[in-house]
Amino acid sequence: MERMTKFLAWLSAGILLLILVLMVQDIFVNSLRHFDFSFLSQDPLSGGRKGGIFPIIISTLLILGVCMIVIVPMGLGTALFLSEYSDEHPKVVHIVRKALEILSGVPSIVFGLFGNALFCVFLGFGFSIWSGGLTLAIMSMPLFIRTVEEGIRTIPKNYRLVPLSLGLGRTTTIRSIIIPYALPFVIVGGVLSIGRSLAETAALIFTSGYVDRMPESLSDSGRALSIHIYDLTMNVPGGDTNAYKTAMVLIVLIFITNGLFTIVLKTWYKKRIIL
Amino acid sequence: MNQNKYPWVKELGCKPCCELKPKIKIKNLSLSYGKRQIFEDINLEINTGCVTGIIGPSACGKSSFISCLNRMIEVVPSAKVSGDVLIDGKSIFDSRLDLNELRKKVGIVFQEPTPLPLSIESNIILPLKEHKFDHISERVEKALRDVGLWNEVKNILKEPANYLSGGQKQRLCMARTIALGPEIILMDEPCSSLDPISTDVVEKLIHDLKGKYTIIIITHNLAQARRVCDFVATFWYDGEKEIGQIIEFGRCIDIFENPKNKIVQDYVGGLKG
Ligand SMILES: Nc1ncnc2c1ncn2[C@@H]1O[C@H](COP(=O)(O)OP(=O)(O)O)[C@@H](O)[C@H]1O
Ligand SMILES: [Mg+2]
Repeated sequence: MERMTKFLAWLSAGILLLILVLMVQDIFVNSLRHFDFSFLSQDPLSGGRKGGIFPIIISTLLILGVCMIVIVPMGLGTALFLSEYSDEHPKVVHIVRKALEILSGVPSIVFGLFGNALFCVFLGFGFSIWSGGLTLAIMSMPLFIRTVEEGIRTIPKNYRLVPLSLGLGRTTTIRSIIIPYALPFVIVGGVLSIGRSLAETAALIFTSGYVDRMPESLSDSGRALSIHIYDLTMNVPGGDTNAYKTAMVLIVLIFITNGLFTIVLKTWYKKRIIL
Repeated sequence: MNQNKYPWVKELGCKPCCELKPKIKIKNLSLSYGKRQIFEDINLEINTGCVTGIIGPSACGKSSFISCLNRMIEVVPSAKVSGDVLIDGKSIFDSRLDLNELRKKVGIVFQEPTPLPLSIESNIILPLKEHKFDHISERVEKALRDVGLWNEVKNILKEPANYLSGGQKQRLCMARTIALGPEIILMDEPCSSLDPISTDVVEKLIHDLKGKYTIIIITHNLAQARRVCDFVATFWYDGEKEIGQIIEFGRCIDIFENPKNKIVQDYVGGLKG
């Protein structure tokens, strides 16, 4: 019985790992055959069949940047509201929490349509980096908030009692104790949101659009990596090779974000929280 | 002065620093957590500048009792307090009273050392700034000197407080409390997680603080109570009424040498509890 359980556990983990390895291998093998670093620095030519993806990388980073600039302060603020004010305003907190639950279940295409209606049309941002980034921010907000809030809830009881016993005001407590404590979770939430955003196509098609030139400003349309992959595979005959290469860049980007933030988190924990 | 109430005043055994003038008057104080009554109608007067010990077995309500005195009890949603606590004649439950001011005036040192996740100096600076003190760095140094920690930490003030040893952390917490210039310091078994040497340091510190502050200390260690206290209140859990109560309060000497209550006689004689 014991061995059976162990075997099944190993088997499922093994299958999962195998799928990941196969997928990465497929992408890397198919793209490395034709890969050349100029792919990263050139503009796309003839609909993406030839040339590189430089403007697309830049657009992607800009969209992510807008998304992060919005999501970090707003998400942290909401997470603090949910965790710190739930005693005082239980009703509001309950409603916000439910709203976030519902939001997290909404398919991303709906965010795309809503983002288009709100940012592109109503607020007049048009198809732009702004609209794309803001839509992604709304879409990833529930995940980000939940990560941060659950992090804040792990705060040791003493870190709440002691400030009260010293007569510290809530502002000071939040600023000096709770936010520093929450920052690693903000990073984790940020990484998860970046991961989710990098993978997103449906929410971006109607918001940041698919113009593949270099965006001149944040009000300009820009094509994200995932959309480029989608477009090359679905709409551009002969675009497969470059689709593979773009996918590889995307995966490498995800690895880099994860790796980078893991390092940041580790040094952080060593220095501040633990012990 | 209060001769009828305190018959021992005549042969005053207290240190001169310890005035027999009540700083805190506790009147019919009762507490329940939800439906469960913890103690009922406690009446007690705590003298100015004295060290008053609270002894008694676990779970009879000692910690709950002292957390009424700075209203920290209010963080427990189910806690219901009735009765009154007067400090210098003024009720701490007065709705006009600023809770943060009260907690500045009535400091507390918890059982576990509880430095905040900040640097050593920030642990003291943060509350000082919050309460708008000036001459911050002088005050930090003074507080750390008062608890005998200055020489140990003066070169590592910017290091995380969590790097300190248990005894150092507890003294840092005391420094943090006294830096705010409280009038009353509550200590909830401050030595229970410390080694004997740190315990010794803390006891000496309590001796030094006596007279400047009114101190209430909970301790499980009867020998320690005997060493540091001027007055002692013995808490006991009454199994029949299912509530905690003070079964005897008096001068430290009297409680240990000449207790009137039978239970206290057995308890301090080491037979019970
Ligand atoms: N937050 C709380 N909620 C409910 N019951 C509590 C709470 N804190 C303490 N108690 C109960 O109150 C009683 C007295 O606890 P406490 O004041 O900690 O006693 P002591 O300090 O004398 O050991 C105990 O039975 C304990 O279980
Ligand atoms: Mg206790």
